[in-house]
Amino acid sequence: MKEELFELLLRLADDHLVLGHRISEWCGHAPTLEEDLALPNIALDLIGQARSLYTYAGEIEGKGRDEDHLAYLRLEREYRNLLLVERPNGDFAHTILRQLYFSVFMQAWWREAVASTDETLAAIAAKAVKESVYHVRHAAEWTIRLGDGTEESARRMAAAVDALYRYTGELFETDQVTDSLAAAGVAPDPASLKDEWDRTIAEIFAEARLELPDPRTWQQTGGRKGFHGEEMGYLLAELQYVQRAYPGLTW
Amino acid sequence: MSKETTPLWEVFIRPRNGLAHRHCGSLHAADAEMALQAARDVYTRRGEGTSIWVVPSAQITASDPKDKDALFEPTAEKIYRHPTFYDIPDEVGHM
Repeated sequence: MKEELFELLLRLADDHLVLGHRISEWCGHAPTLEEDLALPNIALDLIGQARSLYTYAGEIEGKGRDEDHLAYLRLEREYRNLLLVERPNGDFAHTILRQLYFSVFMQAWWREAVASTDETLAAIAAKAVKESVYHVRHAAEWTIRLGDGTEESARRMAAAVDALYRYTGELFETDQVTDSLAAAGVAPDPASLKDEWDRTIAEIFAEARLELPDPRTWQQTGGRKGFHGEEMGYLLAELQYVQRAYPGLTW
Repeated sequence: MSKETTPLWEVFIRPRNGLAHRHCGSLHAADAEMALQAARDVYTRRGEGTSIWVVPSAQITASDPKDKDALFEPTAEKIYRHPTFYDIPDEVGHM
């Protein structure tokens, strides 16, 4: 069980670190001053959640790896994040939709995890669930404004839906790790969250006048096994640069 | 983002229960809901508030700075209007 828990914590932590890094790339580049504060604010939430998860993962592993080691000193193939979160920012519509897909999933996941039999995970979830509610609201409001906005914003939002839907199947994948943790009441079964996710996304899309993607769309996979897109290498190069250039550096 | 699609809003924050909402700045947003969200990010990130109001700036009618003399100066000359003008007997204590 310990190995499975470590694997799960690493997956979650990697999701949050990588998405947090992606969102932080908007800092100083967001379309308005207001968004330039909102997006890094969300990035800080995500990176904060990643820190708690890495720290706990290091304790569970018991090999002396701390949060910095796990975040900065692993190779690309060792990262377990979803392909969705490493997708490049693209234009603002892509960023918003990526956030919506992920946050709607995580809000349900954290809500269930509050009841985890693992006390530390339950405590992390209790804090994170409040933050995820805000992330969903932010992404949903923007999705509605852009989808039901001008001709151009609607066109761009629809293009984002087209580009990103194939990365959502991975959210609900199960394997021996998720199965045994779900059976032990440690973590929610991701597949059990699919109906709620579909419903929430459908409601938001209806309000945004966006067409739902074809559910039979072929789905990408591989992130959980360490197979990443080519963009991941560039992301890690930037993310790890300081720690690689100055090993052991602390703030 | 044009001014037409993201008009200006004035933000008021109540720091604690029992106090009044105070004006703390302005921002651009598409509508009231978005303005409220932006206000949360721009003005309450360090625990400044327990409640936020947003008001479309266009709804505010303001005095003209040109009229400053006519509007505000006369009151300063009528010193009997100010509480410090009167001597208060010691027996009254704090008022």
